[in-house]
Amino acid sequence: MGNTKSLTSALLAVAALAVTGCSGGGAPSTETATAPADPGKATGSITVLTQRTDLVQSGAMDAYASEFNKVYPKVKVKFEGLTDYEGEVKIRMNTENYGDVLMIPASVAKNDYPKFFAPLGTSIRMADRYRFSDKSAVGNKVYGIAQFGTANGFVYNKALWKKAGITAWPTTPDEFLAGLEAIKTKTGATSYYTNFKDGWPLVQWTTNIGSVTCDENATNKLAGPSSPWKQGSELQVIDTLLHDIVKRKLSEKDPSTTNWEASKTKLAKGEIGSMMVGSWSITQMQDAAEKAGRNPADIGYMPLPVLKGDGHCATLVSDYQQAVNVHSEHKEAARAWIDWFTEKSGYSTEEGAVPTLKSAPMPSTLKDFVDNDVTFTERSETETGKVNDIDNAAEIGLNKPDYRQKLIDIARGAQKGSLDDYFTELNKRWDEAAKSVGS
Amino acid sequence: MTRTTEAGEKTHRAAPARRRTTAASRTGPSHRSPGQLLRRATPWLFLVAPLALLITFTYVPVANMIYYSFTDWDGISPDRNFTGSDNYVQIFTRPELFRVFFVSLYYLAASGLQIAVALYFATVLSFNLWFRNLFKGLLFFPYLINGVAIGFVFLYFFQDGGTLDSVLSWMGAETDHAWLGDPASANTSLAGVSVWRFTGLNFVLFLGAIQSIPGELYEAAQLDGATRWQQFRHIIAPSIKPILSLSIILAVSGSLAVFEIPYIMTGGATGTSTFVIQTVKLAFQFNKTGLASAAAVVLLLIILLITWVQRRLVPDDKVDLV
Repeated sequence: MGNTKSLTSALLAVAALAVTGCSGGGAPSTETATAPADPGKATGSITVLTQRTDLVQSGAMDAYASEFNKVYPKVKVKFEGLTDYEGEVKIRMNTENYGDVLMIPASVAKNDYPKFFAPLGTSIRMADRYRFSDKSAVGNKVYGIAQFGTANGFVYNKALWKKAGITAWPTTPDEFLAGLEAIKTKTGATSYYTNFKDGWPLVQWTTNIGSVTCDENATNKLAGPSSPWKQGSELQVIDTLLHDIVKRKLSEKDPSTTNWEASKTKLAKGEIGSMMVGSWSITQMQDAAEKAGRNPADIGYMPLPVLKGDGHCATLVSDYQQAVNVHSEHKEAARAWIDWFTEKSGYSTEEGAVPTLKSAPMPSTLKDFVDNDVTFTERSETETGKVNDIDNAAEIGLNKPDYRQKLIDIARGAQKGSLDDYFTELNKRWDEAAKSVGS
Repeated sequence: MTRTTEAGEKTHRAAPARRRTTAASRTGPSHRSPGQLLRRATPWLFLVAPLALLITFTYVPVANMIYYSFTDWDGISPDRNFTGSDNYVQIFTRPELFRVFFVSLYYLAASGLQIAVALYFATVLSFNLWFRNLFKGLLFFPYLINGVAIGFVFLYFFQDGGTLDSVLSWMGAETDHAWLGDPASANTSLAGVSVWRFTGLNFVLFLGAIQSIPGELYEAAQLDGATRWQQFRHIIAPSIKPILSLSIILAVSGSLAVFEIPYIMTGGATGTSTFVIQTVKLAFQFNKTGLASAAAVVLLLIILLITWVQRRLVPDDKVDLV
């Protein structure tokens, strides 16, 4: 059959093409992207990829751009809001066309940063000026500047906690659990909401690594066969607390059908006592309270119920980091935008977030933290690349919901196993992966 | 859980197309002039567009996937190292990667039910009944709804205090059950959604096959005093055998490759993860694109193998009733 033969050879040719071709990526550029000293000199049209589709649609981003144009009149800024930011950018990064300014997707390996992004400055100089700069430092160069950062802890409904008779922040996990118990029995509200179905809120627990021991190097210490869930470790304390909340039935009855959007209103109305989410959520909760006709001042934020010395600690972690595409034609303009947006736009104040600029004050949403002398632990992220490699190799996913969903399933008896066995298994997987990655 | 449209169309359309080409080549004379060359090339010219599409969107991606399955690519990095059969060795030496196939048993059982229900309704509605077309429409309707929408609808349906709970409470059964809360009931619920969605498709296929049976056969059977069951057993069942075996193949491969419904409704939590969900997670969560490609290749091979075995067991002989 001649037809089959020619078809087969055509297919083989195509396959050979597919295999040999299309592995893009040129030589990495080492030229630092700097904003020109004279704003009038920055020219060109730049595209900014952002995950904030809401701000692009509402026109808030364009408003920022027109403010920016008052300083840099010759730069045209376009925005591209991507709903599935991680997924879409990851695929686009196989080409050279991924905007001029973009947020570094979490899935890009840290050591690959120089292949994709232009360096923004040396580590020492950037660390003087900005928080979180070591998160994107490779070698002695920094590749990203955080949009802003968040402090971590529980968002809670103050009025509801007061109604249950608790006014002071709990200082131990047991006190916290007792507090949740009191809310459940005295008010009938759901004391804690896991957001199990949406998944990502479970990841927020991980951002607290460092709050337990107030150690800035807490994540760096995971970069090796360190058994992260051993007795007394950060993750052991954090995950045991979550486990106990669910085990004592202090969380919602049916976690498999939770709903994040609805949970905001419920918390604002006092139907939910507390949730573990970053401080970025405070403004959203206050909005929800206003819309539901409740008092936004009822929304409170508390640190992890653990004391170090006589005070609480709360980790500060970086949000998305903005970077300049290494293939960009207008690196100067792109850098000018990043600098202006981070320092002068007022974006982080608007979002109630921790500013990237070290000299700027803490936001009003964290007033309780500042007033109560909570120590902010600015976590070092120098070893994050290696930690992520181990995490991926072990298929645990510290920043993915799956392993905590299983933890919750174990706690509520939907899956077989005990907490200790699960921790042992996780430790084993982590340590084995660490050895294979380290070799 | 079956995607039958494409395959179904193929079996219907392949035959006439083939007949046309053979006819064209037979009439071609032995000596060649430019006009005749063009005439010979004509079928191929018509095929250029579909072949180009087929190659670009089916064979090139598959070839790429097979290539990735031999590398340690993470899905983004410009570098990828050739690791030989390492990924395949991993897949076959890590039992937990295969454990998810147990979940497929729920869907396999469900597709048995699905085929039985579809067959029953197709048979009943192929006779003259009141509101026949209305019932046909009702049964086929779920298949027309987008799978994502179905996922969301049923998420509310199974919610604590959702539609299912309220309907049960109207009937006096007070249930306090988290339907998606434990592995057994979650998988059963999800498989139920899948039955709801795909029964219509099987039903339409069966109905089409049944209606192609000449009416005289029933008349003759009735004259001979055959009951409805005997008519089904000796006329309907044998004449729709090819469609039935096609449905079973699609049901089996569909059960192994379930994705949409559990991914949207539970994201694979609480023991509802299927092989495809696991593959997606390997690729996009843990950046193991190489390993995930190997898993996809393995799934493809398993499905090909099952289809081959099934074709061997139930050969596709020609149906000849008259």
